This record gives sequence, structure tokens and C-alpha cells, in this order.
Amino acid sequence: MPAPIRLRELIRTIRTARTQAEEREMIQKECAAIRSSFREEDNTYRCRNVAKLLYMHMLGYPAHFGQLECLKLIASQKFTDKRIGYLGAMLLLDERQDVHLLMTNCIKNDLNHSTQYVQGLALCTLGCMGSSEMCRDLAGEVEKLLKTSNSYLRKKAALCAVHVIRKVPELMEMFLPATKNLLNEKNHGVLHTSVVLLTEMCERSPDMLAHFRKNEKLVPQLVRILKNLIMSGYSPEHDVSGISDPFLQVRILRLLRILGRNDDDSSEAMNDILAQVATNTETSKNVGNAILYETVLTIMDIKSESGLRVLAINILGRFLLNNDKNIRRAMELSFALVNGNNVRGMMKELLYFLDSCEPEFKADCASGIFLASEKYAPSKRWHIDTIMRVLTMAGSYVRDDAVPSLIQLITNSVEMHTYTVQRLYKAILGDYSQQPLVQVASWCIGEYGDLLVSGQCEEEPPIQVTEDEVLDILESILISNMSASVTRGYTLTAIMKLSTRFTCNVNRVRKIVSVYSSSIDVELQQRAVEYNTLFKKYDHMRPALLERMPVMEKVTINGLTEIVQSNGETESAVLETKSPPSGLQPLSQANDLLDLLGGTDITPVIPTAPTSKPDSTGGELLDLLGDLNLTCSPVSAPVPQIAQPPFLLDGLPSQPLFSDIAAGIPSITAYNKNGLKIDFTFERSNTNPSVTVITIQASNSTELDMTDFVFQAAVPKTFQLQLLSPSSGVIPAFNSGTITQVIKVLNPQKQQLRMRIKLTYNHKGSAIQDLAEVSNFPPQSWQ
Amino acid sequence: MRFMLLFSRQGKLRLQKWFLATADRDKKKLVRELMQVVLARKPKMCSFLEWRDLKVVYKRYASLYFCCAIEGQDNELITLELIHRYVELLDKYFGSVCELDIIFNFEKAYFILDEFVMGGEIQDTSKKSVLKAIEQADLLQEEDESPRSVLEEMGLA
Repeated sequence: MPAPIRLRELIRTIRTARTQAEEREMIQKECAAIRSSFREEDNTYRCRNVAKLLYMHMLGYPAHFGQLECLKLIASQKFTDKRIGYLGAMLLLDERQDVHLLMTNCIKNDLNHSTQYVQGLALCTLGCMGSSEMCRDLAGEVEKLLKTSNSYLRKKAALCAVHVIRKVPELMEMFLPATKNLLNEKNHGVLHTSVVLLTEMCERSPDMLAHFRKNEKLVPQLVRILKNLIMSGYSPEHDVSGISDPFLQVRILRLLRILGRNDDDSSEAMNDILAQVATNTETSKNVGNAILYETVLTIMDIKSESGLRVLAINILGRFLLNNDKNIRRAMELSFALVNGNNVRGMMKELLYFLDSCEPEFKADCASGIFLASEKYAPSKRWHIDTIMRVLTMAGSYVRDDAVPSLIQLITNSVEMHTYTVQRLYKAILGDYSQQPLVQVASWCIGEYGDLLVSGQCEEEPPIQVTEDEVLDILESILISNMSASVTRGYTLTAIMKLSTRFTCNVNRVRKIVSVYSSSIDVELQQRAVEYNTLFKKYDHMRPALLERMPVMEKVTINGLTEIVQSNGETESAVLETKSPPSGLQPLSQANDLLDLLGGTDITPVIPTAPTSKPDSTGGELLDLLGDLNLTCSPVSAPVPQIAQPPFLLDGLPSQPLFSDIAAGIPSITAYNKNGLKIDFTFERSNTNPSVTVITIQASNSTELDMTDFVFQAAVPKTFQLQLLSPSSGVIPAFNSGTITQVIKVLNPQKQQLRMRIKLTYNHKGSAIQDLAEVSNFPPQSWQ
Repeated sequence: MRFMLLFSRQGKLRLQKWFLATADRDKKKLVRELMQVVLARKPKMCSFLEWRDLKVVYKRYASLYFCCAIEGQDNELITLELIHRYVELLDKYFGSVCELDIIFNFEKAYFILDEFVMGGEIQDTSKKSVLKAIEQADLLQEEDESPRSVLEEMGLA
């Protein structure tokens, strides 16, 4: 039989095919030849044949019959064979088929081969596609290689270990000893892969994380390495556009983030280096920005000093000004990082961006600002001001659906009505071309026209405007060519409302309305005719029909609201609100939930997760405030039920609304030792069956308070866990109060819920720590 | 990184490296879909996009698209650098690499990638180191192909 054609020749031949059919024919012919060659067990050409098969596989043709041949190649002594064999295995085999297990022995042998490149092939294959069984069998070999002094192998072993851990998390412990000296290496490959390995371990296990923080002094080591990278001179081997090993820098920053999160000591130890990286990194190229991006994420996530946070915000501001088309990322990141503490600073940057950015970004930016303002506004006035600024700055880019939301927001800010309508009036006086702005303004003028002409305003110097002047401007809008049909609709209705709000100009309103009853615009005509009829036949009903709008049900811009997680900055904002906390009951101005939380002192802070507690007793969410540790008073009784917009709390914008009744899932006592009792109550989402919300309540029956209480939880790999901020860090003695905290568990595979919890707190002068397993979850909580 | 794809403007796949076990059928579907999405992008658009539950980072070099799918917590900007580094490695190896090189030497492209990245993470951040390893491995291959005779081994011929 003639020798099988070479790979390159086959490729060339196939490329000459002019039609799909022709190609298929060539492929089939060659496959047949290859098959018979395989049948002859020809060792010489097996490699060539498999290579050709791989090419055809890439074109989309089936190549299963080559699987066993790959295994034979792997078992061969020739390096060429092994190279193609392993490649074939990675491309053609996968862990779903049992045949892949036949590789295990070969890999084991090759891991111990005398040639490091063969060992490398084996490590690579195992590290890319090793199944759980293979990993279990070969973990020992990998661990051995992790300790070798050969840096070529060591770096590969580290990444292989990462894969093993991902596949079989229980094996993580066995790699711990080998990690001891990993960071002492000079070799950047080993350093990089070691950092990846350490990151994987710390992310997966809070115990590991604690271990690396305390016992291994990981943070100082990482800081040292990072410092060397920045300070050292030009190193051609690792340089990218003037920056030394950006890949390693980024990975170190990411690991630092994990180590510094919620840990004061670690955060402090990395403060300086973060500042250094932030200030010294060049931003002219993508590589510098990549590092800064990671740095900003880290700064915002750890317990950094305020100076450092300001630096991070500045960097974001600079990103936004960058003309690169990739700034959309920066914008999205900026919005993601806004929280109660930095909202003022961030908004300044974002508003500046809104003003100066390309039109294509303005709509998204405006929407983002609205969302962020709604979530984190430190005061009503700031909120209204911010909205005003967006409307005036980018009023024509604001999305249509934002208008009703804004109107609702304004309606619900009762004490700001005069201020708002005054500002809106002033805004459109000069220019009424921006439709969304004009729509909101018209609506408000219609609603609050009486306040506008009253000449009284508490927030700022009142303007003096007459009823006629108001009607003038509204009429101009009606007539103007610039006004869209929708806008004119708003305006006409506004004018109509003023017939009851104004005292002197009813006739003028009547005249305007009757003129438009013959308008060409059908929508306007209909409205005008109806209003006309109202004047003529139902005048007695007019005042009632046009009455002031009540406070509306709050449906927020994206369907959900968050409560402000606040401390520090927003506390001062409380002083700005019109109803200062009277010391005992700041809750009297119950409409303004945001202001209320400005008065709370919630610690510790998990920056992205605001406090939330779906009320398990099914009442108004204001009962939540009874659980928050208000500095003013421990409100244990339910709050007076003033007309409350019953909005629902949630930690994540993407989370579905929860049923606010416990739906009969029994609670459990998860922990009860030494006077500390922790109960779990459960809720299931009625729209996403994979989500379970657990509310923990920790109580203390001893005679002394438990302070600095931190609750941590870990779940098996198939679950995802989100821990929101606790209500406080102190559990008062004698069961006189509790700490509540919400845990969200995502359980897509509907597996039996298990949890390991770790509790740390100070009690009677000593630091207590305890671990426990919670396995008594009721089936209804996870099935 | 979950996977990396190289494909031409005409939608021909030139390389696919998967770092997460996926069924063949699913791979085909994902590849087809993602190629469509990326090929529809205009030149001025951002190099990053959100697709399914992943982030996709892509860059076009001449006639080839280099496309990486990464997870939520991965850094897109550094992934761009990763792509660039891979292209540099190919360029150094092939000498002014073009799509044809990758078509005719696809196995080499894989070998280089496998020396640079493992399990979705970078193995070595030094260009020199990666290229040296490939060079040495190639030498081993050559030795296979032209086995020295016993006399040669002894230095007598």
C-alpha cells in the first residue's frame, strides 16, 4: 500500500475544492484510506494519519474512529508520536467517554519520564482535560512535581494542580504543603502559576484564606514581589510597553483583593503598594489600563483608606475621559462600583463624563446615573439635583421610559415638590427643546403649579412667577415645532390641571383647550375635546378629577430597589434632610427610607451588598428597620404604617422578587453553643426555584455582649453563595437583641443543602472562634 | 478562560481550544453562534462584549479573529494582552505569521498555545522562555525523524 499522503499535501488538496460537495468527497476518500491504514496497525504512519484526522475534525467532520489511535500514539516512545497523540486526545477525547480513562496510565508514566518535554505534555493534557477520576488517580504525581526544583515543570504542575482542585475540590488540602516556598522562586512562570494556584485555594476555602493570611504571611510576600516588579528597571524578557510583567501584576492584584477583603490588617499592609501602582502606572496603552482596572477593583473591594478610594475614583474618571472605544467598560465598571460611600464623588465624575462623552454613550450613561442615584442618593435634594443635571445636560438622550420613573420619584418626594417644580420651570424657561426634560417639567408644573406661583420655597430662594407667565411658557411649548406629540400631550394635560390649581386664569385655560379640540393631532384633539366637555358638562367634577396625585406605588427603574448601605459620608447627609432625626424616632418621615438609613450605623461593610431582609412575618418591609441597629433607638415594635410605597428589598439587581411570606418552610436552629444561638429561616423565590434566601438570627443568652461578631459560610462546589451585610457586629446579652444577616444560596442542581459555618467574636475579653457543619436543612429549603 | 477560537472573516475555524469539558454538539453550536456575533461587529466597536453568561474578548489581526471567552471575574483588558502575546509568539515562530501559516501548521499553533496557556491560565509570562521550550521540543521531534545510527551516536561517523 502506498504511503499515506502527508498532512500539508492533504491540506493543500482540500483547499482546492470548489464546492462543499467536492470537499466532502475528498474527505471521505481520505478517511477511508486512513481507516485501512489504522487497521494495518502501521506504526510509522499513525502519527501522520492522526494529524490529518485532526485537520478534518477542525473542518467539522467526524473523527471518532481516531480516538484509540491517539492513545496508541501517546503510548509510543517517539516524542513526535506523543506530541500528536496528546494533541489528538485533547481534541477528540472527552471525559464523558470511558475510553479517556485509558490515558491515565500513560500519563502517569509520562509524568515520570526522563525528558521534561514529555512530562510537560502529560501535565498539559491532564491540566486541560483531566476528568475527576484521572485527577484523583494522578494528583499524587502532580503534587510531587509541584515540589521539584525544575521551574519548567513546577509552573506546569501548579496549573495542573489548579485543574485538579477545580475538578476534585476535596483534594485541595494535599497541595498545601507544596505551596510553602512557591513564592520564593525567581522564575516568573512559576510565580504567575503559583499566584493562580493560591488564588484558587483562597477563593474556594475560607480556611485556606485564613491560613494564608495569618500563617503564611502571604500579603507581605506578594507586596514584595509586586514592588520589585514596579521598581525594577527594564527587563526585556518580561516587558510589555514599558511595564514589567503585567500579567503577573494583574494576578497579584487579584489575589491581594481576596486577601484584603474584610480584613483590616491585610488591607493596611497592601495600602502603600496599591497607591504606588495606582500612581505610577502609565495609562497610555491598554496594558497599563489593564493593571489600573484590576487595581481599582482591588482598592474598592478591600478595607482601604479613604485617600486610596479617592485615588481609585480619580483613575476611573481618567478612564472615562480616555477616547478609547473600550471606555464602555470603564463606564460600566464605574456604575458597578458606586455605593453609598462614594456616590457623591463618583457622580461628579460620571456627570462630567456625561457632559463630554460621545453621543453614543449618553443614553446609557444617563440611565446608569438615574439607577445609581436612586439606589444611593444621600438625600432627596441631592437626588433631585442630580436628575435635574442629567435632564439639562443630556435631556434629549434620556430614554423615554425614564420619564415616568422620574415623575414617580418626584411625586414621592413630597417635601421637595416646590423646589423641584421651581428648578424645572427655570430649566425650561431658556430652552424647551429637550423633550424628556420638557415632559417632566410640564407634568410637574401641571401638578404643582400652585406651589410654583406661591412664592415660597424652603430649599432655595423662591422665584416670583405669575400664573400668566406659567401659562405663557406652556402655551409656547404647545405651539413650538420642536415639541413632540407626546410632549404636547403632557403639556395640554398640565394646562388643564392648572385650571384647578390657579385662581385667576380659568378662562384662559378654557380657551386654550377649546382651540386644540380641532387640532390635527388626533391625540391632542381627543384630549382637548374631553377637557372641553369637562368644562361644559361636568364642571362640578373638575376639581375632583384634577386633584393632586397621591404618592405612587414604587416600581423602580429596573424593577428593584436596594437600601443604602451607609456609614460615614451619608451620616452627614441626614442633617441635610428636612426632618432631622429627633433623636428617638427618625421614622416619622417614613416616606423617605433613604434618609432613614442615613442615620443608621451598620458595620461591618461588605461594599456591594446592602442590608436587606425579606420580612419573614410577611408584613411591610419597614419591619426591617426594627432589625437594623439604629443608633437612635432599638425599635423593636413595628413602625407606624404611614402610606408606604411597599417596595421590596433585594441585594442584586438581577434577583427576582421574593414572596414575602415564609411559605411554611420550617426554621432550624443551626448552631447553639456557649450561649450563642443561630437560627435560620428560609424563603424561596417564586420566580427562580434555584434560589433560597436564608435569614440568620444570632442571639446571645449570656450575661455579656458578644462583639465583633463575624459570620462566614461555605457551601459545596455546586452551590453559589452570597452573604449580605449583617445588621450589626454586636449581639447584646440576655437575648435582648439579635444580629440578622441574609444569605442567598443558588442551587441550580437542586442538591442537598449543606453548609459549613465559621463564627468569630469577642466575648468576656477573649477571641472566640468556632466551626460547625449545618446539615439539618429542611427539604423544602432546597428541593 | 473558558475557550479560545481563531477564525477567518469567512467564518472558517482555524483553531479551537476548550478549557472546560463540553460536548461536541454543544461546541459546534457555541462556535457557530459566537462566530456570527463577532463577525457582525463593526470595526469601531468595543473589543469586549457580553455573550450568554460570559465575557468575550476579541481582536482582529489581518484576516484572523482571535476570540477568548472569559468568566465574570476575569480581567478583559489583560486578556487582550494575552491575545496579543500569543500573536507575538506565533509571529516570532513563523516569522511574520499570516493566516496560511496557521492553516498549514495548525498543530504547531496548538503546540505553541499549549506551551503558553494551560487550563485557561498563562503558564509563562516570558516570551523567550515559551519560544525556547517550543524550539527544544521541535529539536526532539527532529531527532525522532532522523535517528542517528549507532556509529553516529558513538561519534564515529
